[in-house]
Amino acid sequence: MRSNPMTTTRRRFLLGTGALAASAALPNVLFAHTGGSARLVVVILRGALDGLAAVPPYADPDYLGLHRELAIAAPGVADGALALDNNFGLHPSFAFLHERYAAAELVVFHAVASPYRDRSHFDGQNVLENGLAKPLGSADGWLNRALAALPRGAAGHNNERAVAVSQNVPLILRGDVPVISKSPQATPDVDEELLSRLADLYSKDDWFSARLSEAVQTGKLAVEGIPADPQAMTDPTAAGAQPAMTAAQDAAARPSPPDRVSGVARMAATLMRSEGGPEVAVIEAGGWDTHANQGGARGALAQRLAGLDNALRALKDQLGPLWQQTAVLVVTEFGRTAAMNGTRGTDHGTGGCAFLAGGAVRGGRVIADWPGLARTALLDNRDLRPTLDLRSVFKAVLDEHMRVDAKTLATRIFPDSSGARPLQGLIRA
Amino acid sequence: MIQTEIAVLRFGLGARPGDLAAAGDPRGWLAAQIKGPAPLAGNTRLAASDQIFTELLSARDKFREMRREAAAQSSADPHSSTDLTAAAAPAFNPVRDAYLPHYRAQVLARAQSAALTTRPFAERLVHFWTNHFAVSADKAAVFGVAGTLENEAIRPHVGSRFVDLLTAVEQHPAMIGFLDNQYSVGKDSDLARLAVRRAEARPFARQRKDTPDKPRREFGINENLAREILELHTLGVDGGYTQNDVTTFAQIITGWSIGGGKGRLAGGTPGRFYFRDNLHEPGAKTFMGKTYYESGLRQGEAVLADLARQPATAHFIATKLVRHFVADDPPPAAVERVARAFLKGGGDLPTVYAALIEAPEAWDADMRKFKTPEDLVFSTFRALNVSPRQPEEVVRSFDFLGQRQYTPGSPAGWPDTSKSWDGSDALMHRVLWASRVAGRYEQGIDPVELAASCLGAYARPATVTALRRASSSTQALALLLMSPEFQRR
Repeated sequence: MRSNPMTTTRRRFLLGTGALAASAALPNVLFAHTGGSARLVVVILRGALDGLAAVPPYADPDYLGLHRELAIAAPGVADGALALDNNFGLHPSFAFLHERYAAAELVVFHAVASPYRDRSHFDGQNVLENGLAKPLGSADGWLNRALAALPRGAAGHNNERAVAVSQNVPLILRGDVPVISKSPQATPDVDEELLSRLADLYSKDDWFSARLSEAVQTGKLAVEGIPADPQAMTDPTAAGAQPAMTAAQDAAARPSPPDRVSGVARMAATLMRSEGGPEVAVIEAGGWDTHANQGGARGALAQRLAGLDNALRALKDQLGPLWQQTAVLVVTEFGRTAAMNGTRGTDHGTGGCAFLAGGAVRGGRVIADWPGLARTALLDNRDLRPTLDLRSVFKAVLDEHMRVDAKTLATRIFPDSSGARPLQGLIRA
Repeated sequence: MIQTEIAVLRFGLGARPGDLAAAGDPRGWLAAQIKGPAPLAGNTRLAASDQIFTELLSARDKFREMRREAAAQSSADPHSSTDLTAAAAPAFNPVRDAYLPHYRAQVLARAQSAALTTRPFAERLVHFWTNHFAVSADKAAVFGVAGTLENEAIRPHVGSRFVDLLTAVEQHPAMIGFLDNQYSVGKDSDLARLAVRRAEARPFARQRKDTPDKPRREFGINENLAREILELHTLGVDGGYTQNDVTTFAQIITGWSIGGGKGRLAGGTPGRFYFRDNLHEPGAKTFMGKTYYESGLRQGEAVLADLARQPATAHFIATKLVRHFVADDPPPAAVERVARAFLKGGGDLPTVYAALIEAPEAWDADMRKFKTPEDLVFSTFRALNVSPRQPEEVVRSFDFLGQRQYTPGSPAGWPDTSKSWDGSDALMHRVLWASRVAGRYEQGIDPVELAASCLGAYARPATVTALRRASSSTQALALLLMSPEFQRR
C-alpha cells in the first residue's frame, strides 16, 4: 500500500486527501513566502518513539498480530486511531495534530529513518543531529551548519538566530555559529554589579566571557507570557524547614511530567516572537524508550504523546500569527520493533515516523512508501524497513522554507547524502 | 607545588581547608585511597533496597484495595459517578509516597559523604562508576532505589575487580528494574512451556482470541538490559557484537529477576536479586562465537566474566576514565596505558587507578575539565567546609543547576564533556546559584584566605585582586565560586 506519494500539483494532492474542505477555505495567497521571515522549530524526541503506535498503519494485515496489545485499532471504534487516510491514523492522544492535518498543516512521514542502521540510542541521536552517515566524525550539528548558510535576516538583525530551549546546547545546534540557550525556569534577577565584576574577571578568559555576554544578552529578550516556575522563585539553596513538598520534590516524585515540555514550547515561541528573537529553536523531550508496559490507546506512551500534543498546541497558541510562517519538525533517533516484546513493550528498531507541522507547511497528507510488516518485508526480521531518509526531509525544509541553497545543503550541511534527494513541495509556495 | 592541587582538585572533589597541606605527597595521597570498599562518609543510616521495594509493594497493595473499595461503592450506588476512583487517584500516589523519603535521604547522604570524606579520590571513583552504570530515577519503578545501586553494588566493589563490580551491578534489583529484565522470559522456559501444555491439554476449551485490548499472554524476552550491558557497561558500541549477540545474551540472562511476586512468579526474598529458573531459556547458547554450556544463573555470570576481560571492555573503560580525569578528548597514550593495566591486571581496579595516577597527561597544569554541576556543588561544600543538613538544600541546588541527582535520564549516564554543560543559560544559573550560596555562607569567611585554601596555586592574582576590591564579602564569595579556576578542575 502506497500512501499518497508525492504529487506535483497542490490540486491533485488535495483531491487525494480528506483535508480538502478545510484547506480550500484558506487561499494560498495568505501564505506567500516572505523572505527571511521563516521560522523553524525542531523537536527532538530522545529515546526512540514507537512509530507504529504514534502513526498506526491500521490497514496493514500484519499490524495487529505483531504489535498486539500495543496496537491502535482502526478509526471508528472505541479508542481507535484518528483517521488520516485509508492506511494510516494518528494515535488517539494526538488531538491537536489531527486538527492540523484537517487544516492541511501537517505532513506525516512513515517508514522513515536517519542513515543509522544499528540500535544504540546514543549513536542514533548523534547521527540524527550531526547530519552525517556515521555517529562520530563531526563535533557540530547540521542545524548549526545550516545557520551559517541562512540568507541574511531582516535589517539590523545582529542577534543570535537560533536558541536551544534548555540550559545547554544539544549537538544539533553546536558549532561555529553562536547560538543561545535559555531554559524555561524563570530565573530571578541577577545583581547587575556582580555581572559587571564577573565580566571583568572573565576578561582574560575568552571561553567564559563569550558565554557570559551571551547569557546577559539572552536575558534581555522578552520572556513575558511564561508562567513562573515556583521552584525558581524560591531560593535554590534554602534549607527550608517547610514540611510540605516543594515543587522540586514533587517534580522529582512524578518524574519528567509529560506537561514539562509544554513550558519549554511556550518559552520557544515567546523567544521567537520577541523583538530580534531567534528564527530557529530546538526543543528536546525524553521518555520514549518504552521497553516495558508501553500501553496502547491508553497507558504510559499515550500520556507522553498527549504531553507532546499539548506542547505543540501551546507552541502554536504562543506563536500567534507567527505560526503562519513556521514549520515544526518532530523527529526521533529510530523506531522500535514491529513485534511486541516479552514485557509488553518494544525494543530498539529502525524505521519510524516523523512530523512536519505549521502554517507554512503544505500538509494534510501522509508521505510513506510503505514496505509492509510482512515477515519478509521487515528489516533483520524485526524492524519496519525504512524507505525514506530523514535527510530528504531536512534538506527539503532547509531549502524550501529556510532558503538555504542546494549546493551548500549537499556539500557542507549533509555531506555524503547524494542518495537522499530532497523532497519537493513540503512548504507552501 | 601544583601537583598537590591537581591531586586534590582534579582527582579529588575539591579542597577543604587543610586538604592541600595534607596531600604533600600527591601520588602517595591518591594511592592510599584506591584499595577496598568506599563506604558512605558521615553517619547516615539508609534503608536497604529490599526494604524499600517491600514498602513500595505494600503501598501498592493498599492503593489497589482502596481503588477496589471505591469501585465497589460506586457500583453499589447507581447515582455516584464512576469518576470517583479517577479523582481520588492523584491525591495518593503510592510510588511517590513510598519512595520520596528514601530518594531524599539518599541524595542528602551522598552530598554529605562528598563534603566530608577523607578519601575524595575513592569517592569520585564511586561517582564515576555510578554514572557509568547509570540508572535514572525518572523511571517511576526505580525512583526510590536509584541511590541504593551506588551504595550497595558500587561502594563495596569500587576497589576490587571489575568483574565483581560488574556482576554486583547487573544483579542489583535497581538495575534489573531499570532495564526491565525481571519479566524477560525464554520461549522454551518452564513457564512458557507450561502455558503451552495447558492450552494443548484442553483442546476444546474456548480459545481466547487476540484483540488489541485482550491479547493472549505470550512470553518472550526483553533486550534492554542485555543491549546496555554490551553497549554501555562493557564492550562499548563498537565492541564487535551483533544484533544476534544482543538477542542471545538477552536469552542467557532470562530469569535474572527480583524476588517477591505472586502465583507462578512467587519466590525469592522480596526486593532482592533472584534467579527465576522457570523464566530462564534452557540450553547451551553461542554468544560472540563461544558456546556457553553452563546452566541457569552460571551461564550469564560466565558471559559477564568473559566480557570483563575483553580488550574492547578495557579500552572502553580506559577511555571513559581518561576522559573523566584528563580531558574531554582523551589523549590516546593515556588511554593505552590504562587499558594495558586493565588487561594485564585481569581487571583489578586498583591497578587500573594506579596506571591513571602514573599517566603524565593527568598532571598537565592546565585545567581542562569544566566542572559538572555535581563537581561544582560538592567542591563548594568542601571549600566552605560545610556539610548540608537538609535534603532540600541539595535537591533544589541540583534541580536548579540541571543535574538532578541519580536522574541522568538515560542509561548512558550524564555526559562527561564540557560541551554538554557550558550553555550560556547554564552559566547564568551558576551565577545565580553562587550568589545565593554566598549570601547564605559569607559570615565569618575571608574570601582571600578561602581562595588560598580551596585553590592554592591555582588562585590567579586577577581573581585575588577582584576579591579584595569586591563591594561586600557576599559578592567576593560569589566571584570566587564563579572564577574560571573554581569552575574548572
